Order: sequence, then C-alpha cells, then structure tokens
Amino acid sequence: MEKWRATSNLRRSLKSILNRQLSSVSEFRYLNEKRSCQSSFNLIRDCKSLGQVNAIQHRCFSSASTLVQRNPSFSTLNSDDISYFKGLLGEKSVIQDEDRLETVNTDWMHKYKGSSKLLLLPRSTEEVAQILRYCNSRCLAVVPQGGNTGLVGGSVPVFDEVIVNVSSMKNIISFDKVSGILVCEAGCILENLISFLDNQGFIMPLDLGAKGSCQIGGNVSTNAGGLRLVRYGSLHENVLGLEAVLANGDVLDMLGTLRKDNTGYDLKHLFIGSEGSLGIVTKVSILTPPKLSSVNIAFLACNDYSSCQKLLMEAKRKLGEILSAFEFLDTEAMNLVLHQFDGVRNPLPASMHNFYILIETTGSDESYNREKLEAFLLSSMEDGLISDGVLAQDINQASSFWRIREGVPEALMKAGAVYKYDLSLPVEKMYDLVDDMRIRLGDLAKVVGYGHLGDGNLHLNVSAPEYDDKILEQIEPYVYEWTSKHRGSISAEHGLGLMKANKIYYSKSAETVQTMASIKKLLDPNGILNPYKVLPHSLNS
Amino acid sequence: MKIMVAVKRVVDYAVKIRIKPDKSGVETQNVKMSMNPFCEIALEEALKIKESGLAKEVVAVTMGPSNCVDTLRTGLAMGADRGIHVEAARDLVPLSVAKVLKKLVEVENPGLLILGKQAIDDDCNQTGQMIAALLGWPQGTFASKVVLDKEKQVATVDREVDGGLETLCLDLPAVITTDLRLNQPRYATLPNIMKAKSKPIKKYTPEELNVKIKSDLEVVQVTEPPKRKAGVILSSVDELIDKLKNEAHVI
Repeated sequence: MEKWRATSNLRRSLKSILNRQLSSVSEFRYLNEKRSCQSSFNLIRDCKSLGQVNAIQHRCFSSASTLVQRNPSFSTLNSDDISYFKGLLGEKSVIQDEDRLETVNTDWMHKYKGSSKLLLLPRSTEEVAQILRYCNSRCLAVVPQGGNTGLVGGSVPVFDEVIVNVSSMKNIISFDKVSGILVCEAGCILENLISFLDNQGFIMPLDLGAKGSCQIGGNVSTNAGGLRLVRYGSLHENVLGLEAVLANGDVLDMLGTLRKDNTGYDLKHLFIGSEGSLGIVTKVSILTPPKLSSVNIAFLACNDYSSCQKLLMEAKRKLGEILSAFEFLDTEAMNLVLHQFDGVRNPLPASMHNFYILIETTGSDESYNREKLEAFLLSSMEDGLISDGVLAQDINQASSFWRIREGVPEALMKAGAVYKYDLSLPVEKMYDLVDDMRIRLGDLAKVVGYGHLGDGNLHLNVSAPEYDDKILEQIEPYVYEWTSKHRGSISAEHGLGLMKANKIYYSKSAETVQTMASIKKLLDPNGILNPYKVLPHSLNS
Repeated sequence: MKIMVAVKRVVDYAVKIRIKPDKSGVETQNVKMSMNPFCEIALEEALKIKESGLAKEVVAVTMGPSNCVDTLRTGLAMGADRGIHVEAARDLVPLSVAKVLKKLVEVENPGLLILGKQAIDDDCNQTGQMIAALLGWPQGTFASKVVLDKEKQVATVDREVDGGLETLCLDLPAVITTDLRLNQPRYATLPNIMKAKSKPIKKYTPEELNVKIKSDLEVVQVTEPPKRKAGVILSSVDELIDKLKNEAHVI
C-alpha cells in the first residue's frame, strides 16, 4: 500500500518536474536557503537509514528543484473574488494597498517575503468562516496571520496566498475572577492581556520578548513557550478551550472553561501548535495564575557550563515551588546586548564571565521568599557554583535584568545576518553543541548561545555581517544531525513554519509524520491553510 | 568625615497603585515596597564620596515601623557602614522627620547630610529644606552634580532649576538633596549582601531623642484622578461645530 502511494507520488513529482520546465514558476524569494538542495541530499541519507520508502520522492524532488514551487492546484485571485470579499467584509477590511501589503508580506526577521496581493481583516468568527468557505470553494490558498512575530517564516505567504489577519478581533470576552479563566478573541495582543489581568490580580501563564506585538491566537497556534514555562507549564496545560474555523468554513466550538472534561477526543490539542495548518483559531479560553506579590530576581555569573547545570539542579531543589524562571546567556550574547543597546549596563562589570544566569522567584510572602533566595545564592556562592551575582532591589532593577535577556534576539537582528536555531537537548549536552559550532565556524561567524536552561531549550544563533552560503553549509545539516543523534528536538518552541518544513524527520518518525499528513488531509482536503509549511513538501498532494 | 543618608521605604515605583476602598489612602498590603529611588541616588552619591577617600563612614537612617529595616538592609548591601532605625508609627510628615534628623545629627555629627529630593509616595519635597533650616546649615537641593573640596571644606553643587543649571558653593557641614541625573545607583552584589548581615543597626525611639511626633495635617480623602475619556473621531467640520456648541459649550 505504501509502495503504491510512493510510486504514484513519484509519478506526480516527475510530472511536476516536466511541468516546471513548461510553465512559468513564480520563484519564492528564499533569501538564505538557496542550497536547500544540498540539505535535502543529506536528508536522503538519513531517511535511507530510517528505512524510508519516501526517500525515493526526496531524491527526485531535490535533484529537480532547488526552490519551493507554487502549487498549481491553487487558483489565482480575480476581480470577482475581490468584490465578494468587499461585499462580505466592507471596503475597510479588504486591503490591496501596496505599502500595507509590503509589511504583512515580510516576517519579523526580514528573512522571508511573500507576494500576496490581498489582506483581509475579519472582525468576527462568522466572517472568518465565510472567508474560508469561499476560499475553499475557489481553491485559494490562505495564510492565517496574527502579530507576525514568528521566527520560522510561518506567518507570511510563500507566494500569493491570501492573508487572513485576525488583529481586528481583539475583544476580551469574559474573565472569571474566582477561577482566573480568561476568554478572549485570537487577535488580543499578549501585553494588553497582561495589563488587563494585572488590574484583576492575575498574570498570563506565558511571557515572551515579543509580547508587545504577538497575539494570543498566534501564541496558541504555535504553542509558544517563553520565559515562565518552567513554572506554569506549556499552553497545552493552560488552554482550557478554543474556537477554531476549519478550511471548509465549519466552526469548531471547543471553547470550554472547565478544568476537567473527559468527553471524547480532546481535539483542541491538535490545533495548539499546528501553526495554522489545521484551522484558524478565533477564540481562546485560558487559565491564568494569580499574581503573587513577591517577585525576586538575581543575575549571576558562572565560570563554566557544568556549574550552570549544578546550579539548575540546586535551584530546583532549594527554591522548589517559588522558582519561576531560569535563563542563561553566554559571554557572546552579553557582549552583543551591551554593544547594540545604549542604556543597558552589565550588572556584573568587574570582569567578563563565561556564563550569566538569570533566576526569578515568585511567591506570596516577601520576606520568606527573599530569605530563601538569599540563602540559596549565598550557599551556591560558598560551594563555588557562582562566581559573582547581584540581587535586584526594586522592580526597576528587575526590568533591567530582563531587558538584557529579552534583548538578545533584538541585538542579534541589529548586528546583521543571523541564523537562528531553537533546539531541545539534554541539559548536560546543550553547550557542547555551541562549542562544536564555534570550532566548525572559526572566524566565519560568531556563535551565540542563550536560552531557557530550565526547560532544556537552547537558542543557538550564528551571527555574521551578511548572509553567506559558506556559513550555512557549515551549520546545516550538522546542527540537525547533532540534535537528532541526541534525540533532541530541532524546534523546541519556534515551530517548523517554512524554515524547517522538510526537517521534521530529524525529530519524528516516518509513521508519525504520515499520520500527521493524514490528519491534515482530513481537516483540509484542498490544502489551502498555510501551505508549504510544517509538514514536508513531498507529502502534499 | 561622616556622611549621613536618610532613606525611605515606599511603594515600588513600577507598581500600579490602587486606592483603598475607604479612600483613606493608597493600598500598601501585598504590594512590592522598596527604597525611594531618590534615596538610592543619595546613598550612591555618599558611597562614591567615601570611595574617593573624602569620607570615612556612611550611615543610613530610616524612620517608621519595623519593616523599614528591609530598606536599611538594602542600603547596607549597597555599601553603607552602619544603619540607624527610628521606630515610629507610619506616615510621618516631613517636619517630624526633620526634627528627628536634627537630633540624630547632634548625636552623630556628620559633615554632610544627603537626602533624596522627594519621596515618591507623598511628593512633598520638604524634608531636606526643613532640616537645613532647623540646623542652620546651607542647602543644595535638586543636585545633579556634587564636588567636594576637603581642604576648603566646601561642596560645589550644580542644581537643576527651571531655568537651567545653577551652581552653588556650600560651606560644610551642609544638606544636599539629590535629583535624578546625579548618578546611577549600583546593584547590591552577593558578597555585599553577605557582609550586610553583620553590619550593626542601632534602634532609637522618638522619646529617646526627645522629639514629639505630632502631625498638623490630616488626610481627609484620597481619590483617583478622573479617568481620561476616549477621544471621538469626527467626520466633518459641521459635526465639529455642532459638538463644540452643544456638548462642550465653548462657542
């Protein structure tokens, strides 16, 4: 059965190769992955070792094309479509203006740029449903978009997909002060939700550097992690319900507000992390923890990575229930931040240390928690785990510590070209990869390591003045193979998007991926939702 | 020379404050408290002067209920040598604070008294000026730059005033109150936090200092300022005239 499917896919790929030479292919501007061909060849080696029939497809695909091709089964927009949308949504919500399209076609990192000619701004779930119903019937590809802060090119069109942006759906529907359950629309900006909850005495269970622009619908669709995961868990744990619109316009109302509900298959988990490829999330119901008054934060320096690990173990044991964040950055990251931003000063200026750790505790009793933290820090210092450290005395100092850690991605952007990798690795091995990469790249580029040490999540970034294939060759597929060898994840929290759409096999088995493809086919038979992303291109019909 | 710095425990500057339901004041239960930012700057200046060798000792002083000791500990962790805590009920008015400080100055004999220009909870901006008057000392308020000359026993202070910067030369002993641009307070490092645990804090009561704490002011009510209403976008000049005439009554 599988072999038959493989050969029919093979036939289809061969056909598309022939068609490619005959028809005009709209090239997708893939600024730094011109050599995806090479990486696919290496993928074949791995797939062969996994005993994959799909390997045959890959070989044909990669040898024939080096770029993503526009799927010819998608229609092109025409004036009837535009009139329909204008009639449905009103003139103001149908945008064809070039300047506005320019912004929504480009991702935050300015790495991916699509060529969509239409931006739609629905204001209600019903409007989203009608848009999708129409697009499905016309076979028009759609990109769901929120704050457009994703880092893997998942929120912008690849070709001329219609952009459905939910930013206008930004109402807070309800908030229960007793249980802390918040129900809101998908376009609510995370920072606005945080401020709203602040007035009520609650906080959002997730917090990330992009909070000023990212929207909760996007956070849920990408299962965003962030800085507080070590304390409050992932969105799979905190989202109690959601409402999503399927490709054919059907609205799935799973907007429960119950902590416990074991009635049937829990479908909401499919949508959390599916990156908009199974449906558009329009409403979210989320459990918010109470805001605790005592927040303390320490900025520490360690001499080597093994001290960082031991410190993490000790922190989990001694700080236990009050630990709310455990982040690390290396010297390179610290230098970058100090260099790129004025007004940011190093809390530990005495000398440049090798590693910096940021520990935050949140609890309800100020003096008790402070004593606990101080005792832990002093004993760690006596044990030689920390070489120096400071404790924030007020919220201003606390924000300045967070500014350093949250500012690293921004600083990397300002420094020039950056190759970003987001990996989950066993904590003991995490920094070995950074050292390896430094040796591999030598003088070609700067390797920066930072991330959520508490969750085993490394953000490996390679910074260079310009994008250069020589650099990319040294990084990929070495990084993915290294991660795969240690049974890590090639995308801890950023998702697959477009950047890693063909790389899923490094972290998931073929059978698993095949089942994912079946689910995608079931919920989106025409493949109009966020095409070319998440799952390997070869699995699309 | 000894430097005395007065510090105050206030609601943290970054906290969104709320009014108590009975309108008697600001909610301070379960709210993060820290050292008044201007007092931090004052202490930082004192520590800088000590590090440059012009002073031998920095003494931090605070007044209030027992939880004020936290603020003193922060001061000691930053580098102050000794702490003094005057136990008193909450909400002392500036005049009472100035009277207590006068007695402490008579006990300690500092060459310089540095305070923050105002506290962020009452915004009074009075204590520094009052204590200078009670002691008969010269005062340099809103200091944005302080330079000491040990031989001549004078302090040259640049003040931030409405018209710009004013430079004064004060004979020591003097009172200086600090403004925002004077310096950037240091962080409390772990080694200093460890040392702070063993630094002495002396306790006084107002009776021991022969000061009668009484307030001539009574807070009647504390309310929030009226909420700003959202603006309205108008679509024509006629509509604007209509609104100005009939709603705002200005034409």
